[in-house]
Amino acid sequence: MTTLALAVASVAQAQAQAQARASAKASTRDPRFALKGGWTDAQQAISNLSLVAHREKPEGFANAANLGDFALLNGDLAFDGKTMIQGGFHGFQVWDISSPSNPTLRLAFPCPGGQGDPSIYKNLLFYSVEENRGRVDCGAQGVEATASAERFRGVRIFDISDLDHPKQVAAVQTCRGSHTHTLVPDPKDPGVVYVYVSGTAGVRPSAELAGCNDGSPANDTSIARFRIDVIKVTVADPQSARVVSSPRVFADRTGKAISGLWKGGTHGTGTQETSETDQCHDITVYPAIGLAAGACSGNGILLDISNPANPKRVDEVIDPNFSYWHSATFNNDGTKVLFSDEWGGGMGAKCRDTDRMTWGADAIFSITKRKMTAQGHYKIPAAQGPLENCVAHNGTLIPVPGRDIMVQAWYQGGLSVFDFTNPKKPVEIAYFDRGPIDTKDLALAGFWSAYWYNGNIYGSEIGRGLDVLELTPSAFLTQNEIDAAKSAVVAGLNPQLQEKLVWTPSFVVARAYLDQLERDAGLPAAQVTAISASLGMAEQQSGPARKALLTSLGARLDKSAIGAKGAVRVRALSATVKGLAAAAE
Amino acid sequence: MASRFRCAVGIFLPMLRLRYLCLASAIAFGAAGASALAAQPPVASVTPAVTPADIRFMQEMLGHHAQALEMTALIATRTRRVDLQTLAERITNSQTDEMALMRRWLARQGATVPETHVMSAHDMSATAGMSDADAMPLMPGMLTPPQMAALRAAKGAAFDRLFLRGMIQHHTGALTMVAALLDTAGAAQESGINRFVIDVDADQRAEISRMRRISVRR
Repeated sequence: MTTLALAVASVAQAQAQAQARASAKASTRDPRFALKGGWTDAQQAISNLSLVAHREKPEGFANAANLGDFALLNGDLAFDGKTMIQGGFHGFQVWDISSPSNPTLRLAFPCPGGQGDPSIYKNLLFYSVEENRGRVDCGAQGVEATASAERFRGVRIFDISDLDHPKQVAAVQTCRGSHTHTLVPDPKDPGVVYVYVSGTAGVRPSAELAGCNDGSPANDTSIARFRIDVIKVTVADPQSARVVSSPRVFADRTGKAISGLWKGGTHGTGTQETSETDQCHDITVYPAIGLAAGACSGNGILLDISNPANPKRVDEVIDPNFSYWHSATFNNDGTKVLFSDEWGGGMGAKCRDTDRMTWGADAIFSITKRKMTAQGHYKIPAAQGPLENCVAHNGTLIPVPGRDIMVQAWYQGGLSVFDFTNPKKPVEIAYFDRGPIDTKDLALAGFWSAYWYNGNIYGSEIGRGLDVLELTPSAFLTQNEIDAAKSAVVAGLNPQLQEKLVWTPSFVVARAYLDQLERDAGLPAAQVTAISASLGMAEQQSGPARKALLTSLGARLDKSAIGAKGAVRVRALSATVKGLAAAAE
Repeated sequence: MASRFRCAVGIFLPMLRLRYLCLASAIAFGAAGASALAAQPPVASVTPAVTPADIRFMQEMLGHHAQALEMTALIATRTRRVDLQTLAERITNSQTDEMALMRRWLARQGATVPETHVMSAHDMSATAGMSDADAMPLMPGMLTPPQMAALRAAKGAAFDRLFLRGMIQHHTGALTMVAALLDTAGAAQESGINRFVIDVDADQRAEISRMRRISVRR
């Protein structure tokens, strides 16, 4: 089906859904509504989370006279071991997070140029630059000439072997700069990493960077729009990094037209106006399933990335509620993808009780045989005021086994933790929010990113610094589920690069599944109680006794699964129990 | 107006009452030379200064946007085409938001914020000045007084044609203004205006291509 046919087919459906949801409104009775504002003393609302640390922006990274100063916005986060890099428009900050409740600033490194999205691969830090003021030498004075070899727009590469003294070892220029980027490790060679560059700013003059062309797609196939750029980096020789391909991932099926996807405009009466598809904002890669999800201005697309230098589009979707396709997150088993709409570009107050709940929201799609099907939407249920820029932004999965749970930043709408296991009816679990940063004017602030990393949620606050939070148990999420999530430890985390999360069989993972069976009545209550007792007994034993008890429990669970409402979960529990049995010596 | 950024070392130089330039840093970092890649973190957080060209661009773009609103205000009484009404609503929204942003930005620089006044369709008179923008020389793409008069006088299909042609001309002019700014040495370095011109460029391109498609359909 062509995009156009898809558009026609989904308009009727979209209008029906829009009508059904016409009465759905953001709540003004939510504690997050009408919080008192302030830079450092805003009122806060928090639910099922605890704020374990807050750190102000470092010296030189804030401007009290202009709280939304674009030159100084905090941006995205990348993690490696006990280190977190907080990017931003003015430079990056290196945090020691050995103790998450006591993050320590190790280095504030000015290197202006926005957005400063960071990623880390081995000893290299990758860093996006798109603004006109960006300089190769990281200087802050900008570039006077309109075409200059001093200007830098693209991806910087720093060697951060010595975290206290980052050394810029390469800087790869691109025609539209780099708004965001995504690392794609070479599946065959750990010494090679590819970088997908998403440029969204204007095209540079060819006098500044040869080959950059800002023509019309109809009569010119060499233009710098309607493509992504792929940089190949050899870790041992970063100086050789260069753009190796510029895939035309929006081309029509015949390959003749480079602008084969959404042309921009509305989808019919009462629908949103969607941007033209001439760029990706984010490309989220999930190497474990060989796919990437591109949030590409007017479309959500799926790419086959088995050959990282030449991603191939395998599917595309539209959503008549979307203004600008911004970001994407797969669920862990790769059967769903959640796209976010950045209606208003992040600068608008789009969570007022007058704004639609399906606009500026997340749209969840199921994935079957590499085809996406629309399921439902999620938007924070709380209304926000006119001084709070608010729309869906960056988040990650929270590794609770057996459920699809995510934490997401909503700018001045705060951060929200929600469950999208049922993609038609996502449910909020927890939140944290502050009142507006500026009590008189709409200033760009709030959470840029909110990411789960090895047991805590880290929020990059655009105007206020850094927040670290911890989940607390509630009716929506038990302590066992939280502890199971904490057991899925990763070595590092980069934006838009998803790793398959795995849980080593443990009693806490087993109990997390059991709590879910109890909550959803996936097994009769008496059985849940009996299984819990068996788990408890097994845990008190060791060696062959434990092994015997767990083996027998595993067999019982396999029987219970047959015909059970929660059969899938019971089998997951059984696998965990058998894994524990195997580990018992 | 207070300096937005502190200079650890250097000479404070008031620039056009706009912002202070930290001379010492500028000199120090102008001399990157030999090892261009070596990142040299500045000792003070300075950002590139706002230039007179930036200020003029924002002031002129305010007047430019104001004319778009004058044009879209005519839609309700002169056409019944739903696609044009939807288009006009979209243009009205985006230009109004951007005008608010331009006013905030100019006020923050301590620069003059030009008065703009949009006539409603009712209080229209052929001779009334629409805005201070009318007193300014016409910016690229802006409709001339005779073009505006013809648009006001037209109805139905004739209006639709003139409106689309006029708005494409108007928006194309905005792209010219952005390109001219980006082609001015030292301009569009400050992050706020840099972001703004990226957005204006993207929005107007999108609206132009949409208007072209509407034109073709008729």
